[in-house]
Amino acid sequence: MGQQALNGIFVGSIYALFAVGYTLVFGVLDILNLAHQAVFMLSAFLALTLVATAHLPLGAAMLVAILAAGVLGIVLERIAFRPLRGRADSNISGLISSLAMATVFEAIALQLFGPDISRFPLGTFPDRVVRIGTATASLLQIVIVGVAVALMAALSLLIARTRLGRQLRAVAESPRAARVLGIDVDRVIAYAFFLSSALGGAAGVLFGLAFNSISPDVGRSVELKGLAVIILGGMGSIPGAVVAGFALGLVETFTVARFGSSFRDVVSFAVLFLVLVARPRGLFGQASVREG
Amino acid sequence: MDALRDLLLTYETLVGYVGINTLLALSIYATLSAGQLSLANAGFMAIGAYTGALLTLRAGLPFPLVLVAATLVPALVAVPLGLPVLRLRGVFLAIATIGFGEVVRLGFVNWDYVNGAMGLDAIPQKTRLWMIWLAVAAALFLFARLRGSRAGLALEAIREDETAARSMGIGTTSHKLAVLALGASLAGLAGAFEAHLTFTVAPNGFAFGRVIDMLVQAVVGGTLVFYGPLLGAAFLTILPELLREIGARAGVAPGAFRPMVNGLVLLLVILFLPNGLASLPARWRARRGRR
Repeated sequence: MGQQALNGIFVGSIYALFAVGYTLVFGVLDILNLAHQAVFMLSAFLALTLVATAHLPLGAAMLVAILAAGVLGIVLERIAFRPLRGRADSNISGLISSLAMATVFEAIALQLFGPDISRFPLGTFPDRVVRIGTATASLLQIVIVGVAVALMAALSLLIARTRLGRQLRAVAESPRAARVLGIDVDRVIAYAFFLSSALGGAAGVLFGLAFNSISPDVGRSVELKGLAVIILGGMGSIPGAVVAGFALGLVETFTVARFGSSFRDVVSFAVLFLVLVARPRGLFGQASVREG
Repeated sequence: MDALRDLLLTYETLVGYVGINTLLALSIYATLSAGQLSLANAGFMAIGAYTGALLTLRAGLPFPLVLVAATLVPALVAVPLGLPVLRLRGVFLAIATIGFGEVVRLGFVNWDYVNGAMGLDAIPQKTRLWMIWLAVAAALFLFARLRGSRAGLALEAIREDETAARSMGIGTTSHKLAVLALGASLAGLAGAFEAHLTFTVAPNGFAFGRVIDMLVQAVVGGTLVFYGPLLGAAFLTILPELLREIGARAGVAPGAFRPMVNGLVLLLVILFLPNGLASLPARWRARRGRR
């Protein structure tokens, strides 16, 4: 029981971190960025390459990978989203153009790393086990949960307390009003993409370390879980994504323990479906968001 | 002589695939014509493919009946799905239908009667080219007739502004439900054709990537006119074959080449040609007129 809960929290922290980035962009732009999973995947590959080939220490590799993911987010915004802004159907055409970018990113990864699973070299992280009550966790798992929670806390602080956070909230509320107030909306959106993609990249590195298997399609399954999380949490709500991420991790772990691993993915889609049909605004979302 | 036959055989498969992909792109076009982005079609395709394969393998039904069943069953599933889901708009509908598609796929993975993840094989090859293209012609005819008709105008009104359409007395729910069921039928039929062409069905063939392929072809061809999906399916099925030689010489890995072409073409179209390839002639004419 305690062991399952621990495993659930561990998986949930990665889902939450991934989904927070997802929902951040949605909250600001009302656009679903389906290339988020590709940034996640490329960042994991970059960290792996830096550790395996350039022999960087893991911490440094992770930092570089996160920053690179953030920059990739800005590039993504410039190519796939900014040109479409102001078009009448921009939230559907933005979805499609982000899909196009995801396909291109995945093709680049296929070209560079091949379709097979890549792994971090042995001993990248010290293999130590910690006892918590009757349950055990590896040191790696604890560090992963710690990093994920720290990053999410940092984002929440940034949004609640800083000037940039205030501008982000203003643009999310109404881009036009924000512009009238003298906010450089394009710059704020670029920052949102930087933050979102950096967090997605961090989730990718942590995911790669946790399961030690990275392939060009690794982001696909996480993407669908991320969708379930942001729907459950309420689109655009960051606290919602955090809570829902942990909730999904826990529910999933308990389902696997009870019914077997073939039901792992069924849970997230059942959740996604039921929430959309019964309470489309999710746990923390605002009803007004729903009106197309 | 053998070389010639091989050439014809590859060519035949390609032509067949253009037809199947056209049906799939049209299935996305059906809902897009009412402004609804539904991504459930890989699931409907799977339902059609499995229905067809099971009726052939386990019940030994004649092929025409198999095709009829593969067309009807997905539509019957689409109606109870559509009633709650079609209330959602835009991105939310897309997400809900992505969820449905995955649930269908996982259902087949966990269903022992159809061999789970392994899927069914040794399906007799009963699909003929003329059948595929007859279906394509019928579907195109249907969409062509729809244009300008009462129902077609209603769909256009819903696409432009759903609230306004409803306030003018158009039954938005019934129209949206009808195009969802129509799209499901087309996808199911395409699935049955494919199953009886490639000998196998397996859940992996109906993953998220499959519905993305359909969407890409519909969007690249153009979603404002009925022949757009045909253009898109033909273009994106044939182009990678034509470019394969060039790609191989440039050192692109074979697995990476198709998605690369697909992704770049889609990006260029959505950025610079929002109404797809079908809008090219009008653009050229407009440009010549300006000179």
